[in-house]
Amino acid sequence: MNIRLIKDSIIQKVSALLLLLALSVVLLIVFGLGSKSLPLLQDQSIWDILSQSVWSPLKGDFGFLPFIMGTVWVTLISLCIAVPLCILASVYLVEYASARLRNFVLPLMNVLAAIPPVLYGVWGVLFVVPIVGGWVAPLFGLSVTGYSVFSGGIVLAVMIFPIMISIMVEVLQTIPQDLKFASLSLGATKWETIQKVILKKAKPGIIAAIVLAISRAFGETIAVLMVCGNIPQVPKSLFDAGYPIPALIANNFGEMMSIPLYDSALMFAALLLFVIIFGFNLISRLILNRLEDKI
Amino acid sequence: MYTYPGIETEETQDIILPAAPHIQIKDLNVHIEGKHILKNINLDIPNNSVTSIIGPSGCGKTTLLKTLNRLMDDSKNVAVSGSVLVNGEDIYAKDAEVTHIRKKMGLLSQRPFPLPMSIFDNIAYGPRIHGERNKKVLAEIVETQLKNVGLWDEVKDRLDSSATGLSIGQQQRLCLARGLAVQPEIILGDESTSALDPISTQTIENLLIELKKDYTIVLVTHILRQARRVSDYILFVYNGEIVEFGKTEDVLLYPKNEITQQYVKGFIS
Repeated sequence: MNIRLIKDSIIQKVSALLLLLALSVVLLIVFGLGSKSLPLLQDQSIWDILSQSVWSPLKGDFGFLPFIMGTVWVTLISLCIAVPLCILASVYLVEYASARLRNFVLPLMNVLAAIPPVLYGVWGVLFVVPIVGGWVAPLFGLSVTGYSVFSGGIVLAVMIFPIMISIMVEVLQTIPQDLKFASLSLGATKWETIQKVILKKAKPGIIAAIVLAISRAFGETIAVLMVCGNIPQVPKSLFDAGYPIPALIANNFGEMMSIPLYDSALMFAALLLFVIIFGFNLISRLILNRLEDKI
Repeated sequence: MYTYPGIETEETQDIILPAAPHIQIKDLNVHIEGKHILKNINLDIPNNSVTSIIGPSGCGKTTLLKTLNRLMDDSKNVAVSGSVLVNGEDIYAKDAEVTHIRKKMGLLSQRPFPLPMSIFDNIAYGPRIHGERNKKVLAEIVETQLKNVGLWDEVKDRLDSSATGLSIGQQQRLCLARGLAVQPEIILGDESTSALDPISTQTIENLLIELKKDYTIVLVTHILRQARRVSDYILFVYNGEIVEFGKTEDVLLYPKNEITQQYVKGFIS
């Protein structure tokens, strides 16, 4: 056979094999985490683990509720801050800003996205925590340290700005100029056009950007860990300390061997995080499909 | 009696218009990114008739059309000088209100761009923007305009479904109806049939011919046969300048200018 054709078929097979390898890593992770968490799951019912809020490994209490709620609080706060800001910022960049400004800001966003999370953490400890503790909380008559889910949410929001803005800008740039003209030529103002036509048309893309950002927010560890306080309690207000799941794993990984079931509990935490992110992506994919059909 | 102030060559002096025209263009110059796209355009567009702008691609015909409802404003690096009077009001005056100007002109673009909403909402979009809240009135407007473009029977049972589900020819008629719903006085068409099949093209052309009773229509087209079928007047633009303007048969059959002759015979395109 011709050597060129042999090469061709080899490349095809090798690349298929590599793809299989990459996919099997995902399965191996699930399998590994699952088998390691089995001891905990055999010891206690999964419902107890997820709904109990007492975490004291020494006594054998492994309630995951504080960590789940910590993750949910921090993620939600960051989204509440980031989503409106990013939508408006990207609308400004695409619809109002000059080409010069846009060409200056977009590369800057990529630089921001590349900054290591630990730097955001340091910035959070040096600036966000003191401001939240010294200025914001006192406004509500509270006296706290500032290490709280609110600080975590702010730091996380700032971290997901770049990815959200750059995806949203790309989405908005795909909206055809003529669609805008169609609305403008009916006598709509620019803001009416943005609100009622552009954002509506861009909705699936904007949701996709938010989903990507949330996936990142769920898993973000180090920066959040540095400003959240890390107390295993269910946060009751913005200014309470929280303890997100990734922080739990990162903080305790070294000592886990000494206590029975602790090791298994941390593996379960990892599995939980995996399942949450996986499920979240699946659901949002479904929502997106339905939205795209509608528009 | 009205003669063309801008084109006072021998050839065009005999054109007489019935009334003061809706659209008068005076000393219009447009620069885009430093390039001189439209040069000293002086033109009065006749009322209640179809005027086709023809010319080779890149000659400035679409720019001229977009200048009429200030859609060029949105592009960067555009400088417009001179004036465009619509009913005597200069739309490039400093205090001119752009949404008000655009409302007077329905735009039919090259490809249909239905708004991302239902068929009903597409038509109701314009009236709603201009303050119409009454549901009964809106329903009436939607029905009237859809009937106007011959779409009512085809879509009356699915007014709430998305407009993107329509065929491309239906979409273009929807876009026309959407433009008519804000009660414009002028219809601007930018090669409005170039994406359509022959039958839809014919439907749109017939609609335009019918609509000229009530509207002043300006079309950009690169199809000479279409210009002959639908228009009463033809404006030939070359390199950003008006070369010839006159009645359709005069320009197409007896062009006076040499470049027009070459274009009409197909030597340049």
